Amino acid sequence: MISEPPMAEQTLDQLQRAAFSYFLQAANPANGLIADTTRDNSPSSIGVVGFALSAYPVAVERGWMTRADAVQRSLATLRFFRDSDQSGSPDATGYKGFYYHFLDMQTGIRVWRSELSMVDTAMLLAGALTAASYFDAETDEEIELRGIVDTLYRRIDWSWTLGGKATIRLGWKPECGFLNYGWDGYNEAIVLYVLALGSPTHTIAGDSFEAWTATYQWENLYGHDFLYAGPLFIHQFSHAWIDFRGIQDRFMREKRCDYFENSRRATEVQREYARRNPHGFAGYDEACWGVTACDGPSHQQPELADEPRRLFGYAARGVPYGPDDGTLSGWAAMASLPFAPEIVLGTARAMLDRYPENLSDLQYASSFNPSLSRADRRAWVSAGLFGLDQGIVVLMIENYRSQLIWRLMRNSHPIRTGLRRAGFRGGWLR
Amino acid sequence: MLPRNDFVSVAPSETSEREWRENVHPDGWRNPAPAARYHLAVIGAGTAGLVAAHAAAALGAKVALIERHLLGGDCLNVGCVPSKAIIRTSRLVAEMRHAKHYGAQIPGDIRVDFSEVMQRMRGIRARISRADSVRRLVSAGVDVFFGEARFTGTQTLTVDGATLRFKKAMVATGSRPDTPSIPGLVEAGYLTNENVFDLAELPRRLLVIGGGPLGCELAQAFSRFGSKTIIAQSWPLFLPLEERDAAQILSDAFARDGIEVRLNTRAVNVRVEGGHKLVDLVSDDYKSTVAVDAILTGTGRVPNVDGLNLEAAGVDYDHTGGIRVDDFLQTTNPRIYAAGDACLEDKFTHTADASARIAVRNALFLGRQRLSALTIPWCTYTDPEIAHVGLYVRQAHEKGISVKTFTIPMHDVDRAIADGEEAGFVKIHVKEGSDRILGATIVARHAGEMINEITLAMVAGIGLRTLADVIHTYPTQGEAIKKAADAYNRTRLTPFRNGLLRKWLRGWV
Repeated sequence: MISEPPMAEQTLDQLQRAAFSYFLQAANPANGLIADTTRDNSPSSIGVVGFALSAYPVAVERGWMTRADAVQRSLATLRFFRDSDQSGSPDATGYKGFYYHFLDMQTGIRVWRSELSMVDTAMLLAGALTAASYFDAETDEEIELRGIVDTLYRRIDWSWTLGGKATIRLGWKPECGFLNYGWDGYNEAIVLYVLALGSPTHTIAGDSFEAWTATYQWENLYGHDFLYAGPLFIHQFSHAWIDFRGIQDRFMREKRCDYFENSRRATEVQREYARRNPHGFAGYDEACWGVTACDGPSHQQPELADEPRRLFGYAARGVPYGPDDGTLSGWAAMASLPFAPEIVLGTARAMLDRYPENLSDLQYASSFNPSLSRADRRAWVSAGLFGLDQGIVVLMIENYRSQLIWRLMRNSHPIRTGLRRAGFRGGWLR
Repeated sequence: MLPRNDFVSVAPSETSEREWRENVHPDGWRNPAPAARYHLAVIGAGTAGLVAAHAAAALGAKVALIERHLLGGDCLNVGCVPSKAIIRTSRLVAEMRHAKHYGAQIPGDIRVDFSEVMQRMRGIRARISRADSVRRLVSAGVDVFFGEARFTGTQTLTVDGATLRFKKAMVATGSRPDTPSIPGLVEAGYLTNENVFDLAELPRRLLVIGGGPLGCELAQAFSRFGSKTIIAQSWPLFLPLEERDAAQILSDAFARDGIEVRLNTRAVNVRVEGGHKLVDLVSDDYKSTVAVDAILTGTGRVPNVDGLNLEAAGVDYDHTGGIRVDDFLQTTNPRIYAAGDACLEDKFTHTADASARIAVRNALFLGRQRLSALTIPWCTYTDPEIAHVGLYVRQAHEKGISVKTFTIPMHDVDRAIADGEEAGFVKIHVKEGSDRILGATIVARHAGEMINEITLAMVAGIGLRTLADVIHTYPTQGEAIKKAADAYNRTRLTPFRNGLLRKWLRGWV
């Protein structure tokens, strides 16, 4: 007897398509910029634009968008970045090939005094490289598209981001120079290092990656050996583009693991944490988890002003040490789908059934919090939608279904070069 | 030279205060006539100096001990002892506020009588000062001199006009708080560990500059007493040398206590307006000004090396690293040794104690004991406490050692759950592929007590596997260590071994 899968292929398809529709809802077709969120006056986030560029090929393959439309949208985006003000002045768009984190949706200039973001530029570029790999036709437009991606990549001065240190600085502002972030330990930056190491023009030394991995912590937690990082998204974001199955850097060779398997174990750790539920939050169990960086309830919200619990607002929530205020992200559970489908499909189904309010029109909210029930007993839900959440859902469901993004990026020369220079060997890199 | 910091409210004289003074620097003390020659002259009667003087005298040596201020040094008078006394009260207050959580009624409004807190602290300090009182030293045969010591040659020094000759000497002059060079700070007045325990009134608003151990401990204590407390430090994390998860948990605990945490923030200017101290803060490109009643600095310590005329004795030193010593604690003058904060990077009382014992053995008994052989734990007494021993993962990686960490969150420990003290973890680092303990970090309500078991294991060469065989009383929070050892043992159960065991058991059916 064949048992029913916990989530039908059709449902998965609907969820993925709904997530993709964000990039149509929240786009400025004139310059290709995508809003960070659907909230009023949201600027564009360059990381979200990277997800959009990666999502268009998915939409073409799935028949949700014509190739011509996808090329037009991608070209509009890439031309905007190519022609943008790179002077690094406080109201420019970028500097040294990098871009400010948040840009005005219409003018494309820096807003919110945001930082020049290395990791968000890397996500933007990963999206651009996905487009360059997918749009491989010898048409004028697709040739132009590939040419612009090459230009954008070549002009990024990765070596400048070291700022005289061993590892990449993650932010810079014209007002104060490099930001003094605490950026130790494993995080979502592998794709950043790989792109920096793959650069034909301004690369960094391979030992910079080693210097970063020297801050890793390999831990046995809840019975699982894994490369520790608390928030779930850290175990997902670089994996949206890079297929880490079977390829190993020095660290993973030593640990007889790979980053893909590691993300699988991180998924198990999330589940174990939710099962233990040390703070006794409502809703947490083996089939309901997803502790990650996300929006969340805060005392600034009028309806929560008198809430006695501690609330963290937008925060990088993590396990097992928090911060944790009972806020979960359905999208984060779903984004672990390629690593552990047998766990994630059941979880996604259960979360959908128990907290349908977490989705509107099948699009995941940034988060929900069942410990903060409203009068109608429905969980508190983050208002609007966040682009990063939609993007990771589109890409990870696709990687589960067809490995499309992974296949495209396996053929990307910068990715292959960067991985090799970071010390990755084996598997498909052979 | 900076002007003297005058932010001192002199506490009223009390019985305990008199006893304390009588023990640590009696009024009208007269220095003894110097002996013809001392086996050991010890400069500085803090932890290292007292340990050395008692140890050498007990072994029959003729010892001179010279102190310019108070016996007991920073630890007893303005450091570990007074801070732990007030931390105890602050923990009590925090527990009372959470009484409801444990099913107990909160007795109305919880108020802290700050002067009573400080009075209790002084009583404790007086009591503990008995152990190293001047009377005990004298009865142990130590010649105690109060005054400024100054070397006059390689085998002589002067104190209060008298010349002391020595065969061997030990410099244990300790350290003092470093003053951050912030314009206006000195003029506005500020607190350090040297005068914070003289406060007569609780500051209504307190800014703590520096996220080091002392700053973190006192910020939390004063916040719990009711000071509106801000802590600002230039690093992006608290305790930047500690595990980042420890910093995360601490940051969480601070937020629970209502402390405003400003990381990655520098204080750049201080001025006084209308009786308020206004401090300008800068975080990257974000500038702000806070108004407070007191400023406490805890931005590090500098060794006391000035005024000793070390040049005359041929002892090399510098103003940041202190007195230069080799692994045997010998200075560049083979007759002179050093111990404690004056020469060591790790400025802890227990390190001062251990280094003094090494210095005495090496100086008087031709010992060859090495400082580097010591396993030195330490603890920051916040709530929860953060304790560490041995290597950090980063240090192990730098030495090319592959590390595996066994982590037990305190929420997996039954007693911690029962106690409602689940914030924290035990992390034990072992060399990959072995059970050799390289180091450990514990964050727990009583981490300082728990770390001792790991230190014992490391010193005795006991591996994590053996710790699994040690029966721990149930239920205790220390069981977390056994759980980590059990986790290690489970990883030894490879599929091959598992298969063998199953085969063996099948044969028994």
